[in-house]
Amino acid sequence: MAEPRIIIVGAGPAGVRAAEAVVQAGLRPTVIDEARRSGGQIYRRQPDNFTRPYEKLYGTEAGRAKALHDSFDALTGKIDYLPETLVWNIADQHVWTASGNIQQTLPYDALILCTGATDRLMPMKGWNLAGAYSLGGAQVALKSQAVSIGSEVLFMGSGPLLYLVASQYVQAGAKVAAVLDTSPSTARIKALPDLLALPSVLWNGIQLTRALKKAKVAVHHGITPLEIMGSSETGVSAVRYRTASGAEKMIACDAVALGYHLRPETQLADLARCDFAFDPATHHWLPLRDQDGRASVKRVYLAGDGAKILGARSAEASGKLAALAALADLGRATGNGEMIALRREVATYAKFARGLATAFPWPAHQAAAIPDEAIICRCEAVSAGDLRSVMRETGAVEANRAKAFSRIGMGRCQGRYCGLAAAELIAAVAQIPVEQVGRLRGQAPVKPLPIAIGEEE
Amino acid sequence: MSGRFVRLGETDRARIVLHVDGHPVTALEGDTLMVALLSSGGTLRQSEFGDGRRAGFCLMGACQDCWVWTENGDRLRACSTLAASGQRILTSQPGATWPNLA
Repeated sequence: MAEPRIIIVGAGPAGVRAAEAVVQAGLRPTVIDEARRSGGQIYRRQPDNFTRPYEKLYGTEAGRAKALHDSFDALTGKIDYLPETLVWNIADQHVWTASGNIQQTLPYDALILCTGATDRLMPMKGWNLAGAYSLGGAQVALKSQAVSIGSEVLFMGSGPLLYLVASQYVQAGAKVAAVLDTSPSTARIKALPDLLALPSVLWNGIQLTRALKKAKVAVHHGITPLEIMGSSETGVSAVRYRTASGAEKMIACDAVALGYHLRPETQLADLARCDFAFDPATHHWLPLRDQDGRASVKRVYLAGDGAKILGARSAEASGKLAALAALADLGRATGNGEMIALRREVATYAKFARGLATAFPWPAHQAAAIPDEAIICRCEAVSAGDLRSVMRETGAVEANRAKAFSRIGMGRCQGRYCGLAAAELIAAVAQIPVEQVGRLRGQAPVKPLPIAIGEEE
Repeated sequence: MSGRFVRLGETDRARIVLHVDGHPVTALEGDTLMVALLSSGGTLRQSEFGDGRRAGFCLMGACQDCWVWTENGDRLRACSTLAASGQRILTSQPGATWPNLA
């Protein structure tokens, strides 16, 4: 019998550990990754000619980052690695890839999706101005290019990344205008029992807040974002917000890093026809999977933040676990004891992630308050007012129907940055639970392709 | 304004010169096109939908807000394309004319 063909999509923490487990079982997987270099987003590598040490780039996670990079480098020659390659469709047990103008179709016996996450955004007035960036984007600028997104950067949103990136900016010598967190400080107390699942990570988080305080950066909790101010030509000049006690304030800045924790990249799971379910704790639609990562569709496995936002440490464990499950299903015996240990590890991370969701809740209610003139879809400049009038005129309350009428989610980002908030806005207007609005269906290609794409000669 | 992005280190890299809309732009080897352009200018492109200038958003290839073009008309994602000496970049699509259907 020919060797089973195992394809892993993504070379972040989950993908690297999955690939390693497959190689250890004596097989040669194909690893497809969009980036130029492995590591994913959180352990993204800087270009070759940069010289900053691991400690400077990854802080408390330097050891993990280095271990992951070393592990992947050690797989050279033992895997078929396709960097700078996009998987843009999955159908009939094949993945369709594009790299430059070259397209390929690859069959698989097992497909392990480690597609990672992107920032979760709540649109607000002015977020389309030049100088407003996603929080993760602000981190990428620093980590992989050694630049700050502006000369006075304001951090706004919620989630652990807000504090991490702000403190990384301070440490790198950037000027941080303020950190504005929509979560009330009381939420953290409520979350404490779950957060204590990982005391050392909790401690790291507390240290970040202390570092910001020491650097005299203003940190405000329980705020309501009102507007990113500025000019359509020159970009951001200030942020207006409401304090927890109800006062309106303004802070000058020329850049804003905006984000509300992360959202899983699930389009490929969708194209592979996986079943999804609504997760009330995070308001995310997640592909269903068993405790080892088996999707509802045979031969498809899900791991890392692309399946559920549980963080990089969990991704390493769930990536390996999904690979072991795939190997077992292919008749390659694996150590059951190791799988039990990995399941237990993931359960601990899941408890911590639940704590984070409590401490830094997605401010779903803000969607209803987005003013009519604010743009929701950055790709095609569709405003909240446009969406509201589409709902009035057509009665559309289902996400895909509202998309067809309003074009929200139809632009070049495919709803990655507006889809979740648009659903919350629709739910608020229609006065129905957001799960009844449904979710935007993934469409191929999941990202724009060059027009001149063709098969390899 | 001089540049939107502020360099915080790694400035000992070799210099490269590319052309943006016909003007020479000095950048550093290892810069993405986005960093090369935004270290010397404030924005990347004009939104096609009339809401002003844009300067990218996600920096990880997901939002597609940082498109620029080569003179041959090839579209590049500025956040994930390395800058190189001699590149000739356009910040608006060459020869883009939209049919007037009205």
